[in-house]
Amino acid sequence: MQKPIATTRSATGIPTGRLAIWWVLASEVVIFGGLLASYLMFRLGHPEWADAAAVTNTWIGAFNTFVLLSSSFTAVLAHQAAENGDGKLAARYLLYTIGGACIFIIVKAFEWTEEIRHGYTITANGFWSFYYTAAGLHAAHVIAGAVIMGFIAAAAAKGRELHRVELIGIYWHFVDVVWIFLFPLLYIAK
Amino acid sequence: MAQAATVETHGHEHDAHEHHGPQGILKYIWSTDHKVIAMQYLFTGMFMAIVGGLMAYVFRMQLAFPGVSVPGFGVVSPGEYNALVTNHGTIMIFWVAMPVLIAAFGNFLIPLMIGADDMVFPRINRLSFQVFFVSAVLILLSLVVEGGGFGGAWTAYPPLSAIEEYNLTKLGSSLWLIAVALEFVAFLLGGINFIVTLMNSRAPGMKAYDIPVVVWMIVIASILFMLSVGPLIAGAVMLLFDQTIGTGFYDPARGGDPILWQHLFWFFGHPEVYVVLLPAMGIVIDVVATFARKKLFGYKIMVYTAVATAVLSFFVWAHHQFIAGIDPRMANVFTVTTLLISVPIAELCFVVIATLYGGSIRLTTPMLWALAFVAEFLIGGVTGIFLGASGSDIYLHDTYFVLAHFHYTFFPIAIIASFAALTYWFPKMFGRMMNDTLGKIHFWGTIIPFNFIFIPLFVLGLGGQHRRIYNFQNFPELASMQPVRELATVALIVMLVFQLVFFWNFIQSLRKGEKAGKNPWKANTLEWTAESPPPHGNWPPEELPKVYRGPYEYAHPDREEDYWPQNLPS
Repeated sequence: MQKPIATTRSATGIPTGRLAIWWVLASEVVIFGGLLASYLMFRLGHPEWADAAAVTNTWIGAFNTFVLLSSSFTAVLAHQAAENGDGKLAARYLLYTIGGACIFIIVKAFEWTEEIRHGYTITANGFWSFYYTAAGLHAAHVIAGAVIMGFIAAAAAKGRELHRVELIGIYWHFVDVVWIFLFPLLYIAK
Repeated sequence: MAQAATVETHGHEHDAHEHHGPQGILKYIWSTDHKVIAMQYLFTGMFMAIVGGLMAYVFRMQLAFPGVSVPGFGVVSPGEYNALVTNHGTIMIFWVAMPVLIAAFGNFLIPLMIGADDMVFPRINRLSFQVFFVSAVLILLSLVVEGGGFGGAWTAYPPLSAIEEYNLTKLGSSLWLIAVALEFVAFLLGGINFIVTLMNSRAPGMKAYDIPVVVWMIVIASILFMLSVGPLIAGAVMLLFDQTIGTGFYDPARGGDPILWQHLFWFFGHPEVYVVLLPAMGIVIDVVATFARKKLFGYKIMVYTAVATAVLSFFVWAHHQFIAGIDPRMANVFTVTTLLISVPIAELCFVVIATLYGGSIRLTTPMLWALAFVAEFLIGGVTGIFLGASGSDIYLHDTYFVLAHFHYTFFPIAIIASFAALTYWFPKMFGRMMNDTLGKIHFWGTIIPFNFIFIPLFVLGLGGQHRRIYNFQNFPELASMQPVRELATVALIVMLVFQLVFFWNFIQSLRKGEKAGKNPWKANTLEWTAESPPPHGNWPPEELPKVYRGPYEYAHPDREEDYWPQNLPS
């Protein structure tokens, strides 16, 4: 589709796509903000949730944090490659990031299976309800981001729409930042 | 890769369709043109308004004549009554006010008024409508599934909304919730488009204070919506889990808290009032400035006021919960913030009145609607003071006083302002003028019965009539007020009948209204420089307008003409 003239204008000086992605993030911040604020209010009112939180495996959480942060690093390298006009290299770095997302999800799948097998299901108590809801919502973002990244990598490999590499990178950092909040709140705080 | 390529080719085909004349109905369903999408939102909104209005007719009949077989519906059971009341509220707010005021007029006006050929993301715009359409189908479906529609009020407080043993509508409750959540997604997609379009795609020369107020308002409302709805989306996910997989987020017996939903809901629900109020105000201001033939009084004050309203609206939500057991000290704080927010709103009304003062007023149909908005909304605003003050709210809470107050704010917003906008921009949308005589008959036939519906409800509320009651004959102390209820119901039926005048006028004007020409109202803003109706792309690409001045330069002393279009070089 031919782009409308409106899309090519830039009264603010910020490219349209980048401006839009920041607004997307603003809307996401309040979604996770509302969820985490609710969790915090409950957590402060229920000291006994600490017992449930003690069950979570901090090492697995830490490993996933490392994986996700590394995947953000390759997203930055992809952006740099795209800036230099090297679509093939950008696509390869994006594939590494997708790989990180896959490891994250696979680790999470094993972790959850283990917890569910021990009876810590989403209905077990308030803590576990929040644990699965918040991490699940985050995982949905990881999966969605990885899928979109696949499309962008495919286009970038052919040298098309290289500016989108930066946009998915910004989104990916946000997914990271959400996890940076979730990890201490769900795993470390006992 | 293959998929990306398919999308690309499809896009090209689609483009070809739009440039080579109509290709059947698909052209309209699959269009990315902001004007077509605006029409899709408008007609869906109008259809849902009919549904919502007829629901009001059915449950008002039950209240006035309990147990009677309502013509066209039959006897109303208590469960059906609850479902009708709940879905009347939900539909009128989420499927009428939002799509018409924000999505339809936002889509139609933003690119035209800022001199752009389309939205920045036309395909996301189309997706926004498609998600919205699915949500509209879902809410209608939720009424006919097994067990009937959700009946826990549009606020959906748990535990009633969360636990099937209480609401008895397992499918209806979940479908209702999913429909509302999808509607939020549609408006987030649309809102981001609006915001980015205004920020980036203004015509050359259009500075921040050259933007028409209605565009400012729609975009401020979109930002407000985006920042307030997030926690409720999270809350809706939690409620859906409570309903379907048995978590206990809102169940005190399992460590949850039903008040949490109230906070999440009203943290969105109160800003939502301003999400729809601001665009309505913007429409009224544009119409008033045009027909007062006078420069808008205090343009900048107006914009600052709207921003202040938006910010303040985040700090008033708990005034809906004064009797929900919140801390009385918190109630005091929220009383103060709630009363504070009446200041910017009063300011908006004074701006309109000051603009009228000394103007050369033309009482056209859109102008009548705009003036009626200010008059009726004032009643809504003033009665809100009683509810915002926690002392009097304890008596008035959950009575018909609240209901009447609410309708004195929302009816002007959703109905009166929509009619002002529709009658004002109809010539631009469809290229023909509406019949002014029929328009005025419809105007008076709506405004007079409107007051006869809701002033009686104020009286009933002060008399202690509680909301959400199926049959007042079961309450001896309330039974004697039955004639007042009947008056309200008869007035509602009169008002609904007068809407036929509007639909007749609408259809007749579409077919054989007088040709409008580019600028029938002699207005300044950019949309009036395009053809009526504007073609795809609005203006020929090389003739996209440039802007030289603000939108409200009426009756300038140095000019022969009493208007000065924004695109004329001096």
